Amino acid sequence: MADNEKSRIEKVSIVISRGSLDGVYPGLIMANGARMEGIDATIFFTFFGLEAIMKKRADKLKVSTVGNPAMHMPTMVGMLPGMSSFATSMMKKEMDKLDIPPVGEFIEMISDTGADLFACKATVDMFHLSIDDFLPQVDGIINVGEFYERSANAQIIFT
Amino acid sequence: MPVKQIAGVQVDLDDEGFMINPDQWTREIAVELAKEEGIDTLTDGHWKIIDFVRKDSKEKGQIPTIRRMKNIGGIATKDLYDLFPQGPAKKSAKIAGYPKPKGCV
Repeated sequence: MADNEKSRIEKVSIVISRGSLDGVYPGLIMANGARMEGIDATIFFTFFGLEAIMKKRADKLKVSTVGNPAMHMPTMVGMLPGMSSFATSMMKKEMDKLDIPPVGEFIEMISDTGADLFACKATVDMFHLSIDDFLPQVDGIINVGEFYERSANAQIIFT
Repeated sequence: MPVKQIAGVQVDLDDEGFMINPDQWTREIAVELAKEEGIDTLTDGHWKIIDFVRKDSKEKGQIPTIRRMKNIGGIATKDLYDLFPQGPAKKSAKIAGYPKPKGCV
């Protein structure tokens, strides 16, 4: 038991850098799961990961069917119109069965657990965005230095 | 399988202290289990959650997710984390007399 307590994770900082549905969910599930275990969690959204916290985009993310060998689908088939939407709706249906919420609702839930959500300043500047483009649960726009400051004593997980 | 006397009832527990048989549960047991989890007094807010966990688990055959507590049970996620800090899903299940939740969300 003593060993167990010593090695317990107290805090995680999760970076979400991709904007596909399959790129965003693992980080969200890990952040939410951390809070469920009483572990402090911060999520840093960077590059295309910002789509997950954009008002206009959060609930429109799609599964990538091209360049993804695990889809077991030839690239040319994955390119056909509607394939990505089809794969996305299949995945959403399966996730709903497991009670995994849509992205917008998940962000709201994770924020309600007490986790902190931040957008990456470099990406915000690059895409000419402002805080108004983001869901109200976003706690702010921070640079990479501030991210490391906030991650003191945390395990950093890049997704 | 450990057996323990809690609030005057012989209760079957797993190795982590979760009840194996929800039918052995009583409200007095809940009060004792809550104390073990560091919750000295069960308020109306706690009971609303415990009652929903018991009712929903009985109907659905599995412990409700946090999302289900919010959408079906009308329990705000913030309240759940305030009332059962440091692991709300596990703690509420434990105090409600159910085994440890197995899902990821």
